[in-house]
Amino acid sequence: MKKSAELRSYPLLLSILANPKAISDLTITQWNELIRLARVSDLLANLYASFERLNLLEAIPEKPLLHLRSAQTMTDKHEQTIVWEAVQISAALQPLNAPVVLLKGAAYLLQGLTASKGRVFHDVDVMVPKASIDAAEPAFKDAGWMGAKQDAYDQRYYREWMHELPPMSHYARCVTLDLHHTIIPPTAALKPDASKLFDAIVPVKSHPGLYTLSPVDMVLHSATHLFYDDEIGRGMRDLVDLHHLLTEFSARPDFWPKLLDRSLELDLDYPLACALKYCKELLQTDIPNDVFTKAKQKLRFPNWMMDKLFVYGLKPEHELCDNWPTSTARFVLYVRSHYLRMPLYLLVPHLLRKAFREETIEPIENPRPLG
Amino acid sequence: MNISEITESQLSERLSGPGLILQAGPFVTRLHSSIALLAKGIHGLYADYPIIDEDLFVDFHVRVNPPVGLRRWFRPQARFRFDNFKPFTPLPLNQAVPIFEWGLNWCISNYAHQYLIVHSAVVERNGVSIIFPAPPGSGKSTLCAALVSKGWRLLSDEMALVDRKDMQLVPVPRPVSLKNQSIDLIRDYAPDMYVGSSTPGTTKGTIAHLAVPESSIKRQHEKVKPSYIVFPKYSAGAEPVLQQMSKPLAGIRLIENCFNYHVLGEEGFDLITELVDVCECLEFNYSKLDDALSIFNELSEQ
Repeated sequence: MKKSAELRSYPLLLSILANPKAISDLTITQWNELIRLARVSDLLANLYASFERLNLLEAIPEKPLLHLRSAQTMTDKHEQTIVWEAVQISAALQPLNAPVVLLKGAAYLLQGLTASKGRVFHDVDVMVPKASIDAAEPAFKDAGWMGAKQDAYDQRYYREWMHELPPMSHYARCVTLDLHHTIIPPTAALKPDASKLFDAIVPVKSHPGLYTLSPVDMVLHSATHLFYDDEIGRGMRDLVDLHHLLTEFSARPDFWPKLLDRSLELDLDYPLACALKYCKELLQTDIPNDVFTKAKQKLRFPNWMMDKLFVYGLKPEHELCDNWPTSTARFVLYVRSHYLRMPLYLLVPHLLRKAFREETIEPIENPRPLG
Repeated sequence: MNISEITESQLSERLSGPGLILQAGPFVTRLHSSIALLAKGIHGLYADYPIIDEDLFVDFHVRVNPPVGLRRWFRPQARFRFDNFKPFTPLPLNQAVPIFEWGLNWCISNYAHQYLIVHSAVVERNGVSIIFPAPPGSGKSTLCAALVSKGWRLLSDEMALVDRKDMQLVPVPRPVSLKNQSIDLIRDYAPDMYVGSSTPGTTKGTIAHLAVPESSIKRQHEKVKPSYIVFPKYSAGAEPVLQQMSKPLAGIRLIENCFNYHVLGEEGFDLITELVDVCECLEFNYSKLDDALSIFNELSEQ
C-alpha cells in the first residue's frame, strides 16, 4: 500500500507544481495528498499564489482551500517581517559604506519577483564584501543581533572554512540572519570570483542602500545553493524557486545567452546544468532547446547515478514518500555536499566530529519558522 | 454508529491499522497509534463521537507512537507527530492521552489561521455565549467543566475560534482538561459526568479529562454570536463579584491570550477591537462553583 501511495503522491505534487491548471481533475483523496506533501515541502502558500495568479481559486474544494489560505496568511506575515528586517539591516550596516546585498528569498521579495509569492522564509541571507565582514559583525551586534551559542569548533568551522559567519539572531525579534561574503565556501573546488558578483549587483528601487544579485547571478546562486548545499530536505522548494526565476526571467532580452556565458565566467556551469536539467525534467520548466543542449554538455559522468540521487533526494520528507532509497539518497547527497565544499583532509575529521558529538536536545523543536 | 458501540480492542485495531477518524467542529483528524493506553483513553473520552468511515478530507494526519530506539523497552515514551512535524520532545508513555490533546491543540493553533484563535474556554446557553480567556491559574477549565455539567453547551475548553469572515464563534468540542485539585472537585460536583483516568507527573501536574456531553457534540457545527467576555479569578473564600471591565484593557488581555495575533497582524488588531466592541466585558471574582452557576444562568436568561 505504501509503495502505491508513493508512486501516486510525489508525481501528483510535481505535476501540479508544473501545471497548476491540472487541479480541476483532482479527487478529494488526491487533494489530501497534495496538501500534505506541499505542507512538508514548504510549498502550500506557493501553490496558493500560483492558483490565485491563474484564477483557479474557484476550482478548489472548500477544505483544501482553507489550508492553502491559512498557509498564505502565514507567508503574508513572513513578507512583512522580511521587508522590515531588510530596512533594519540596511540601517545597521549604514556606517560600513559597503554594498549590502540581499540573497535568495529576501532578494526575490524586494525585487518583486514571482518566486517570492507565498514563499516560506526561515532566515534572511545577506552578503557584504569580505573586506567589510569584520566591521559588519560588530555593527550587527550593536543593532541587537547575537551569535547563537556555539562551541569553539563551530566557530572555527564557519570562520575558517565557510562562506558565511555563524548564524546570528535578533534578541527581540528572533529572526535568524546569515551573513555571507561569497556564495560558496572558499574550501570548495569551484571558485567563483566574489568581486565579479559585486560588480554586477542591482539596487533595490524601493529601499536605497540595499542591493541584490543580478538576475543571472540570482539563478546561478540558487542553483549552486541547491546542488552544493546540505539542506536537501528543502530541495523541492529551492527547485521551485529556480522554476519561477527561470520562467520570469526568460521574458527578458538575452537572458539565456547571458546565463550560459556568466555560468562559464563564474565557474558555475555544472550547478547550472543540474538546475536546468531537473527543472525541465521534474517541473517541465520551459527552457529553449539550444540552451538546454549546450548546458547539458557540462553534466558529468555517471549521469544515471546523479539522476537517481536527485530524483529520490528531492522527494518531500513525508511518510507518503519515505523509503530506503529516499533516505539513502538524502544521506549520500548530504555527504556529497560536504565533499564538494571541503577537500577530504578537512572533510573526514569534520564528519567524524559531527557523528560523535553529543547532540544538545532542545526542549521543543518548533518547526514554525518565523513570526 | 458511535465509538461507544465498538469494543476497546476493536478501537485499538483501528488505531493501529487504518487509523481512527475523529471530527471535532470544523476539524477532521486521523489518528494512528499503537499505544493501548491511548485506545483506552479515547474509548472513554470520545465515546459519543461518531465513527466515520467515508472517504473525506482529513485536516490533520497525526500519530502518537513510541519513538524508534532502545527506549521502547526502557522507560518507554510516546511522541506526537503531525505528518513529518514533531513539535514536542517524547514524554513518558503514560502521558499518551494528554500528548494527543496537546498535539491537536498545537495543530489547530498553528495551521488554522482562518480563525482568530484565543486561548480560552467558550460555553453557550439560550444563545448567550461566554468566552473565558485563560491566564494560568484563573480556573477557566474548572468553571467551564462546572457550567457544562449543568446544561451549558461546550464550544471549547481550550480555544475560542473567531471566524474572520463573520465574527461568529466556531465550536471545537473536545474533552475538558482538568488539573490537580479540580479533578476531584468536578468528580464530586458532577458525579454523573464521565471523567477519564488521571495522568500524574505531567509538566502541568496531574491531568484528567472530562468527556464532552453528547448534546454539545450533536451541535458541534452550530456557530454562535459572541456575547460576553469574562475574565474569571478564583480566590478562596471570596464572595462572587461580577463587574464591568474597561474594553481597552479587555482587548489587551485578549491579545496576551491570542495564539495567532502576530500572524494576522493588522487584521488581528481589528478583530480584537471588534470583538470587545460587540461583547460585554466583565471581571468575575469567585470561590464557589454554585455561585458562578447561578450568576451565569441569570445572565443567559436576561
